[in-house]
Amino acid sequence: MTITLGHYLTVAAILFTLGVLGIFLNRKNVIVILMSIELMLLAVNLNLVAFSAYLGDLVGQIFAMFVLTVAAAEAAIGLAILVVYFRNRGTVAVADINIMKG
Amino acid sequence: MNTFPDLAPAVPEIFLAVSAMGLLLLSVSGGDRRMPLVCWLAVLALTVTGVLVVTSPSDNAITFSGMFVADGFSVFIDVLILIGGALTLVMSPQYLKRENAPRGEFPVLIVLATLGMLMMVAAGDFLSLYVGLELQSLALYVLAAFRRDSIRSTEAGLKYFVLGALASGILLYGSTLVYGFTGSTNFTAIANSIAANEAGPPLGVIFGMAFIAAGLAFKVAAVPFHMWTPDVYEGSPTAVTAFFSVAPKIAAVALLTRVMMAPFAGLAGDWSQIMMVLAVASMVLGAFAAIGQRNIKRLMAYSSIANVGYVLMGIAAGTVSGVRGVLVYLAIYLAMSIGAWAVILTMRRGAGLVKDIGDLSGLARRQPLMAAAMAIFLFSLAGIPPLAGFFGKFYVFLAAIDAGMYTVAIIGVLATVVGTYYYLRVVKIMYFDEPAAAFETPPRAASAVAFVTALFTLLFFAFPAPIVAMAQTAAMALFP
Repeated sequence: MTITLGHYLTVAAILFTLGVLGIFLNRKNVIVILMSIELMLLAVNLNLVAFSAYLGDLVGQIFAMFVLTVAAAEAAIGLAILVVYFRNRGTVAVADINIMKG
Repeated sequence: MNTFPDLAPAVPEIFLAVSAMGLLLLSVSGGDRRMPLVCWLAVLALTVTGVLVVTSPSDNAITFSGMFVADGFSVFIDVLILIGGALTLVMSPQYLKRENAPRGEFPVLIVLATLGMLMMVAAGDFLSLYVGLELQSLALYVLAAFRRDSIRSTEAGLKYFVLGALASGILLYGSTLVYGFTGSTNFTAIANSIAANEAGPPLGVIFGMAFIAAGLAFKVAAVPFHMWTPDVYEGSPTAVTAFFSVAPKIAAVALLTRVMMAPFAGLAGDWSQIMMVLAVASMVLGAFAAIGQRNIKRLMAYSSIANVGYVLMGIAAGTVSGVRGVLVYLAIYLAMSIGAWAVILTMRRGAGLVKDIGDLSGLARRQPLMAAAMAIFLFSLAGIPPLAGFFGKFYVFLAAIDAGMYTVAIIGVLATVVGTYYYLRVVKIMYFDEPAAAFETPPRAASAVAFVTALFTLLFFAFPAPIVAMAQTAAMALFP
């Protein structure tokens, strides 16, 4: 059996869905949410690279480089905000992020 | 092929980027004492950028291999964003000092976020769109959590970060699908590819478009992607909330307009339905959910959600007059929203800002001018003629009716009636309730901003022609 574009897209779609579900269904820890965000961005990268190889077009791979770089900056800022939050609140449990209702 | 790109159309953005670096050096080397100086220099940098944007000779200039577009549309929106950023920075030095957080990175972050917004508005490619959007968002996450010793502020930052990152992820996933099924990330090439496909666009492109619309709906805070807005508005420092309610909102609406009109012009039938649903849901929820609010910041958050609903109605129309309505609405919304926030920034008693609507009671007797300004903003937000807000709604409703969206327009008018109730409740509290304890002397900068924007809101009906004409020219740029 050969691996075609469809297989890559399916894997990426599954990873992306897992990432989104991880954000909404997770009731435990904010760090899991950060990991879910990374999972979504990795699914995006997989899509980009697969399409790039399929189309024979380099733009997709360049785009993937940009996504990787920005994802690193995003993770850094997310962790920094999480650290200041932890200092104030003493917990990173999702259920406790409720000082403001909504 | 690989010639050096033409830098001329991007001169305002390059200038702003260099000034942001300069301001960063200045604030790092001088410590927090320099904060007011850095704020005022940042206002100067934004003003100079505005002048560069307005005087740039290039009309519809495309550069950086089609990634950067400077046209009439981006000029109009750029000016609004720069005014929003500059007015926020004018109010910031006194606010930060009184809040005891006089840190020099505040103006630098505002300038960087503004730069990101200018890049977003000028994007001609999904790659440059993403980079601009992230430059904006990353700066805004930090601004939301700027009071790092406050639980509310850090919680707002965390919530904004998680949902903002989710929105970016959804948007990116959509753009990969569009890239894969059209073979390009460039807006013009995508539009051509969709138009060339006679059997109708492939399903992947429609899916991609829906993902992109959902991601951008998060950024403009349209229902049902609005759940972060009230919390982030309530928790963020008030000067930051004032900025959030205007500049990023205007930039995201402009981005949504451009993305729907330029690359996805051929899918108008599909996206206009999405926009109508978002518009109706935002107008109705914004109107009803605001009724029960006690906190003025949450009330303004729901008000901004309702306002986005009216703007989306103009986008759903998908015509030149629809986009013109959107642009006029944004210009007026900028004035009345930042004005209302300037008044909220003067509600200070002893330890800090008070945020309960009841704290405004009897303001008319203690500070008649401030109460009058707030009443003007609230009447204008409610859309009562002859104030500016009425004209904003008028042009959007006009476009919706021209496009045959009667049901949406009727629901919109009914939502306006409901919205009037909670705006008038605040006016009633200010004018007819027993006075509460007096506020501290209002900071001069916030009073000045409130005065100027109130004047604009009050007198707009006397000279609407120039702004409407400019919006018309800007809207034409999107329809070649």
